[in-house]
Amino acid sequence: MPDGNGTIAVDIDNVTKRYGDFTALRDVSLAIADNEFFTLLGPSGCGKTTLLRCIAGFEDISAGAIRLYGDPIAELPPNRRPVNTVFQQYALFPHMDITRNVMFGLLRLGKSESEARKRAGEVLELVQLTQFATRLPAQLSGGQQQRVALARALAPNPKVLLLDEPLSALDLKLRQAVRLELQQLQHETGITFIFVTHDQEEALTMSDRIAVISDGRVQQVGTARAIYEEPNNKFVADFIGETNLIDVAVAAIDGATATCTLPGGAQFTCPAASGAHSGQGHLSVRPERVSLTDPAQAPLSGTVSRLIYLGTDMHVDVTLADGETVTARVQNSADTTIPEKGQTVGLNFEAGAARLLVD
Amino acid sequence: MAGGLGQGTGKSARTYAGLGVPLILPAWLIIGIFLVVPILIMLVYSFLTKEFRGGVIWEPTLAAYDQFFFDRGLFGDEPPKIEWTYILIFWRSIWQAGLATVLCLLIGFPTAWFIATRPPNSRTIWLFLITVPYWVNLLIRTISMKFLIRDNGPLNQWLLDAGLISEPIHVINTATAVQLGLFYSYLPFMVLPIYAAVERYNFALSEAAADLYASRWVTLTQVIIPSVKPGIIAGCILVFVPSLGAFLAPDLLGGAKNFMIGSLIEEQFKGAAGNWPFGAAAAMILLTMVLIVLIFYARSQARGAR
Repeated sequence: MPDGNGTIAVDIDNVTKRYGDFTALRDVSLAIADNEFFTLLGPSGCGKTTLLRCIAGFEDISAGAIRLYGDPIAELPPNRRPVNTVFQQYALFPHMDITRNVMFGLLRLGKSESEARKRAGEVLELVQLTQFATRLPAQLSGGQQQRVALARALAPNPKVLLLDEPLSALDLKLRQAVRLELQQLQHETGITFIFVTHDQEEALTMSDRIAVISDGRVQQVGTARAIYEEPNNKFVADFIGETNLIDVAVAAIDGATATCTLPGGAQFTCPAASGAHSGQGHLSVRPERVSLTDPAQAPLSGTVSRLIYLGTDMHVDVTLADGETVTARVQNSADTTIPEKGQTVGLNFEAGAARLLVD
Repeated sequence: MAGGLGQGTGKSARTYAGLGVPLILPAWLIIGIFLVVPILIMLVYSFLTKEFRGGVIWEPTLAAYDQFFFDRGLFGDEPPKIEWTYILIFWRSIWQAGLATVLCLLIGFPTAWFIATRPPNSRTIWLFLITVPYWVNLLIRTISMKFLIRDNGPLNQWLLDAGLISEPIHVINTATAVQLGLFYSYLPFMVLPIYAAVERYNFALSEAAADLYASRWVTLTQVIIPSVKPGIIAGCILVFVPSLGAFLAPDLLGGAKNFMIGSLIEEQFKGAAGNWPFGAAAAMILLTMVLIVLIFYARSQARGAR
């Protein structure tokens, strides 16, 4: 929460959403800070869009509470909640020109025609669409429509802006440009952004904090770095970036440190996620933290089963004695020795690079 | 890639354009023989002299139009006065057709909305139910309605038995009965085009409106109705135009006092009392009015598309 002054903008308190027998959200609790760029990240069908729609008011919640700056809003209809939404397919009013689209919310709030027109002009300038003010939505490109949707949602100066996968309809290059624009816009306006995406790169590059959601539950909340480097469970470790999940037998857990036995019998001590328990478990080690060494001195060893050349670096798949595969990402530099396929190699990683997960 | 795709489309469009002429010829022939030629015959007949007991004499005259608009006394030698009889019939027809259109819209829009917002499977059933009455001929349905709404018909009988009324409501042979007949006959023509428009409506627009603080009423009037307007206009034309020329409902339900254009024209071509040029002239005047309505529609569509 970098710019936060400690105020909670949106307080999601034990929210459950059921559709008949299907539970879309289970006891979701999140505290989103004022002025934060907060991302809900997860695979499709995980419940992230449902949560956003519950905040906007398009869905009723089955249990729990949603508070906006302390005021309960779960009972209010969407037109009485001071939040605005940027829709996935933009949902621009096709029969109104760009200015009328942006003015729509302002007029509903009782602003006069001239006030609304003035404010629409300002917002369109902010998103650099001034010269398209009199066009109809169908006459604009996808990227321009996306900016109109943003302008329309920003115009009433909402306390919280909800963004439902707003970049998913854009092509890759535009998506990367708009990412930066969005981030900048959030800084300039100081509005709390709640951003829904299934794209981890988008989440990692833009967000102050990320909530990883799967199966209707919040799996982990934290900064991009915390989520990537200190994943709590198998789902988060596997969903964010690439990782090796190594089966281990956990001998003992002492606070945040676990002692476990690696396949092959070596003893290893590493940090443990809170909630990890002894017995069978999984270690997560990122491929870029695995190095290749002499098999005699390494905690793990196996034979090279596949080599993938990627230019800046190389993926080396090593099959262990028990059949598991561990990938090492080797930097392509002058002093790198590239192993042969079929060669026996040792795999090494520091204690801090590995993490015992909650299964 | 995009260029190649564009070129491909262009080529196939040209190919189809070449095929088009022979393929569309039968359609042009049918439209020509069965639509354009009959209208031209009517146009010519409206400027000819009437033959007693039907038919025409090939002597050009404006008598039919003159008879429609002017009253020159019993022997045709008085100074012309405006003849209100036929103008009144036209006015009554426009009023009845307009009222039927408004009523069909008021009932048809919610009906279409209801059907279009059902799950896809049950939509088919609702649409099927809407079309079921059309398996029976309009004449038979109109006669059935006549029996239903008679003074001693089942509707009045039921209301009497239920104690809701103390004497029969007199509906048959009134303008109300004609209106009822028109409304019943043409309601599906309002429902179906509006249904098609609502089905294509992007419901995210309603959410966007609500998100931007619009009440349900504002969402309906400023977002939904403008979005489905083409369906509403199509439905209004499909109800208004046939209502204007209808003759079954006014004939069977309205009695002598509720004469409409359709009946007027029909009478001119029936039996010995007929007057073909006059009937043709009345039909041409009706056609002109319908065309004016359609031109307005085309204009509004062109504005919307711009």
